Amino acid sequence: MADAAIEVHELRKSFKDVHALAGIDLEAPVGSVLGLLGPNGAGKTTAVRIMTTLLPPDGGTARVAGLDVVKDAAALRSKIGLAGQYAAVDENLTGRENLEMVGRLYHMGRAAAGERADQLLERFELSDAGGRLAKTYSGGMRRRLDLAAALVVRPPVIFLDEPTTGLDPRSRLSLWETIEARVAAGTTVLLTTQYLDEADRLADRIAVIDHGRVIAEGTSDELKNRVGGERLEVTLADGSSTDAAIEALVPLAEDRPKCEGGVLALPLGRGRGGIAEAVRRLDGAGVGIEDIAVRRPTLDDVFITLTGHAAEPEEEEEERREDELEERAA
Amino acid sequence: MSAFAYAVSDTAVIAKRNLLRIPRQPDLWVSFTIQPIMFVLLFVYVFGGAIQTPGYDYVDFLIPGIVIQTMSFGGFVTAIGLSDDLRKGLIDRFRSLPMARSAVLGGRTLADVATNAISIAVMVGVGLIVGFAFSSSPIEVIGGFALCILFGYAFSWIFAFVALSTNSAEGAQALGFMLIFPLTFASSAFVPPESMPAAVQAFAEANPFSTVVDALRALWVDGPAGNDVWAAVAWCIGLIVVFASLAVYRYRRAVSS
Repeated sequence: MADAAIEVHELRKSFKDVHALAGIDLEAPVGSVLGLLGPNGAGKTTAVRIMTTLLPPDGGTARVAGLDVVKDAAALRSKIGLAGQYAAVDENLTGRENLEMVGRLYHMGRAAAGERADQLLERFELSDAGGRLAKTYSGGMRRRLDLAAALVVRPPVIFLDEPTTGLDPRSRLSLWETIEARVAAGTTVLLTTQYLDEADRLADRIAVIDHGRVIAEGTSDELKNRVGGERLEVTLADGSSTDAAIEALVPLAEDRPKCEGGVLALPLGRGRGGIAEAVRRLDGAGVGIEDIAVRRPTLDDVFITLTGHAAEPEEEEEERREDELEERAA
Repeated sequence: MSAFAYAVSDTAVIAKRNLLRIPRQPDLWVSFTIQPIMFVLLFVYVFGGAIQTPGYDYVDFLIPGIVIQTMSFGGFVTAIGLSDDLRKGLIDRFRSLPMARSAVLGGRTLADVATNAISIAVMVGVGLIVGFAFSSSPIEVIGGFALCILFGYAFSWIFAFVALSTNSAEGAQALGFMLIFPLTFASSAFVPPESMPAAVQAFAEANPFSTVVDALRALWVDGPAGNDVWAAVAWCIGLIVVFASLAVYRYRRAVSS
């Protein structure tokens, strides 16, 4: 396809006898966000390293911004930006010096690099901290600086490798908003994450990766539909009205409603009326409602259905992460 | 701009980055200022009295030797800096940028010339205070400084290669010590090789360290120069060519985990 910013076909990579990528296919149209979702060790970072020319693939092809990652590596590097969980900024430079350096290494002139650095500091709310050494920055500020460094030349494609791992909720939210602004401006983003809510919020399409393979691909809704549709959950005001409630709701349900712990749950049938119809019917039957909600399946449900395990980092991975943090602190 | 002009500009950007970092890492200063001063004082006042150096005061014999040793230790600054960049993902960032592949190492080793120059100035200054004196022409003295810088530059490339090959600052340091210790001490840097057992003496005389130390001694305190100066320069250039090629080759395929 001519308007694909990322096209990956049968990409393979092994380290000794570990198949990090066992042949994956990916595609992202220009201006979209492709989420690579998977637990640690699934192969997400390896895929990013190949697409950013840091690692040669063993087999298969990858084209980014129309350029082959192996044959056109040199030309490709001026069209991509990379930011990630390691927040690769120089701690002994100020925020401004970091951005200026990156600009100069993209071969911007001295004045232009300085101007761009100031612009980015302002946009990322780092203007006040721009003259401070990056080692004095908080985790969130470092990530913002790292992301700013990836955007210095306004590259058409950016790669974000677990951009919010280890961030507090507020910093996460602000980073998400920044990414959304870039996408609105037409940038194509490839995002890896192990957070389902992150993929759900940011990605147009999601590729679920496990053990070096894409095990599912689609929009967030498509993936959710694979585990089933919406469910209606009703908490009744009075436990004795359960039978009346079930009677009233049967026409809406795909399956017979179940009652567990005072909560009535039923899979909603398509085109049979939603929550409004349910309320009307329960009201008509004189059943009091304490709470009523439509629950959509989360990507967590998708992941467990597809892989048989949750998308949480495994314990040893947690330890590795902690080791790294200790090393960094030392 | 041509590819070459870009390579020069990229190298300058990285060199500037590393120069900016120097005053911001006070802990690093210990290794290239305090440590050499302690070595000078140790050898002059503790060991010096027991070492016979016919034809020289010991301090005149020692200073050229210890300055050259310090230049080789200067390589540790290169190794620690590169290992740090690898571990923190900066090398990945650089490798994802459209910059010259040689610039990260070229800029690094170039900036390390500055720390080496500071070391030389500190050591010669301390030497002058404890009784060292130049006894040659100003041209020869300047030539001697240039030789020190060249030798230090060669060791920066050696250590760049070591750092990229070991993937950790600790590993690079351990390997570096194993390399430098026998080379510096079994040489003419601290004692005359004639005082050593025959086998060690043979090693010391063949040791390129001795060649460079003898050359510097000739340039600074007017010792017997012979062809040592040219041999020393040839050694340095040879080391730079070999280890710069090896280091750049390593860098191209550097994979940080």
